[in-house]
Amino acid sequence: MSLLIENLQHAYADPDGGRTPVLDIDHYELAKGEQAALVGSSGGGKTTLLNVIAGIRSPDAGRVLVDGHDVHALPEPGRDRLRAAKIGFVFQTFNLLPAFTAVENVLLGMSFTGGQADRGRALELLERVGLGHRVNNLPAKLSVGERQRVAVARALVNRPALLLADEPTASVDAANRQKILDLLRDSCREGDVSLLVVTHDEGVASQFGRVDPIAEINRAALAAV
Amino acid sequence: MSLLAIAWKNLRQRSLASFLTGLSVALGVALMVGVWLTAKIVNDAFGARSTAYDLIVGPKGDPTQLVLSTVFHIGAPVENLPFLYYQELKEHPDVEEAVPVAFGDTTQEGGFPIVGTVSRYFKMGYGYQKPFKLRAGGHGLRDQFDAVVGSVVARENGWGVGSEFKLLHAGDDEHVHDEIFTVVGVLTPTGTPNDRIAFVSLNGFYAVAGHEKPLEESINQWRRFNGQDPLEGEALAAEVKRIDPHAGHDHGSHDGHDHGAHVTPDIQKEVTSILVRVASDGSGGGNVRVPLFATEINNGLGAQAVNPIRPILRIQKVFVGNLRNTLVVFSAVIVVVSGIGIFVSITNSMSERLREIAIMRALGARRGTVLSVIVAEAVVLCGLGGAAGLALGHGLLIVAAPLIRAKTDLLVDPYAFDPQELFLVPLLIGLAVVAALLPGLRAYRADVADSLG
Repeated sequence: MSLLIENLQHAYADPDGGRTPVLDIDHYELAKGEQAALVGSSGGGKTTLLNVIAGIRSPDAGRVLVDGHDVHALPEPGRDRLRAAKIGFVFQTFNLLPAFTAVENVLLGMSFTGGQADRGRALELLERVGLGHRVNNLPAKLSVGERQRVAVARALVNRPALLLADEPTASVDAANRQKILDLLRDSCREGDVSLLVVTHDEGVASQFGRVDPIAEINRAALAAV
Repeated sequence: MSLLAIAWKNLRQRSLASFLTGLSVALGVALMVGVWLTAKIVNDAFGARSTAYDLIVGPKGDPTQLVLSTVFHIGAPVENLPFLYYQELKEHPDVEEAVPVAFGDTTQEGGFPIVGTVSRYFKMGYGYQKPFKLRAGGHGLRDQFDAVVGSVVARENGWGVGSEFKLLHAGDDEHVHDEIFTVVGVLTPTGTPNDRIAFVSLNGFYAVAGHEKPLEESINQWRRFNGQDPLEGEALAAEVKRIDPHAGHDHGSHDGHDHGAHVTPDIQKEVTSILVRVASDGSGGGNVRVPLFATEINNGLGAQAVNPIRPILRIQKVFVGNLRNTLVVFSAVIVVVSGIGIFVSITNSMSERLREIAIMRALGARRGTVLSVIVAEAVVLCGLGGAAGLALGHGLLIVAAPLIRAKTDLLVDPYAFDPQELFLVPLLIGLAVVAALLPGLRAYRADVADSLG
């Protein structure tokens, strides 16, 4: 099991002192190598859920297991190490560091695992995503689609157990959307990496064998609606 | 990628801001190097002469005046000592070396002080392990009217070996002496008052008309110096006759016999002071014979022995101390301003960098890692700025050294390394760490999810 969520609850503090529930999930799981789309409109808690899974945000209750590790039972440095080693993250806005070239952005993903950065693997991944000729370009010199491909390579570089993608095609045009999606799915399949894509785009969701509407698994989202 | 590589990338991304911050550090450090070396140069100029000998022996009076007049040639000499006393002193078992010094006149051209001395003066050196050096083609004092001149005297008067000059008599009856001295050597620059002196042979100094005391007066001065009653009348005349059989003759009316070259009797000679190096006590440490010998001299009737270090330190405190303190405060302000510059630069960049920091955290970077990156950036900036500042400071001194020498006669060694400089870069790095901590802690505490938006 790559991902297991049990009795997860999270609420945001309101300015008036109250609490607004954002996540209320009894059970959710993703098998090793499985790919799923978590679909729903904005405000449904999708991004918050990804942040909680990645250990970036702590839930009020419940537990999240990634590759068998209870994320929030770990101290913060442990969560950081787990995130570096077991979780890949692809953001909607790519989040590449502008001062670093394509290959350096990928290498950066390897810099926080405690091991040696493997430049050969970074170059190999960039080759696989079709950017072998652009490895020394800064993000500003890459097209939008190329930037997202760098982001995918960075997310896969540590051979994670789980790849989280938050609206990965929202910032790219239609032609690039399919390329990115294919790249994500094919790369995860090849590496036996579980993939959880969060999207509001039905067209994207429809390409996944498993589609989980957020409103069905998150009672807080249902309440919000 | 290492933290340093990440820090370097971040610095390059904000290259203009990084360059300007590094430049401010470099300028601060360059200024500090300049300040320190200037203080050192002034310090050396006021202190270097003090260590070539242990004691200055002169007439009783103000010890500071004795040191000022002997070492720096500032003010009038206290009085004079009999040359006979010098001859006794140099035979004293505690004395390793004694060098007589007599001064009073100036060069006719340029008005540089004249110092009558012996060639051993130059062997003594002008500071600890700082021997005098002559420019090629010259030699030391050998003959009666030989002169060795300091570098400034030679430069300003346009003199070299073979140049001739006359002395201008100091005192109420200012006049030019007839005797002609010949430059036989030019000293290389020392950065000390010696550069502005024309040294003449002591014998030549006495041979100048009017430099010898009247014999009767000299006899009684020597007696008084030794605690004896002065002679009068026939007793004095007999003593005069005994010392100088030709005394009282009119030389011009004795064409029929040869007196030979006129040699001034030693009793008529005087010295202004005597530079003394005391024989070692064999301990290898502080020479206890120095204070014992000084006490012995000071207990006598007519002379005093002064360890030049104390008055020189007092002079340094008066003339250089305030300057040095001001420069130290100035340096401290520069350091603080550099630190504030780094702080402002990093703090300004933090707002736009919180997202980048959040990205690194999302990729698995720990809080401590991002704090370390921020601190590393400041350290790199300060380290490079500090190193550039050291190079710039010394580089500017290389350019400025000839100018400083031309304007002030101070010797500037731009390659001299002040040991304080060793502490400068670590100090700046410490400052960088302190300056980076506050913005670094902001990065440390940043909420990743909020910063990623």
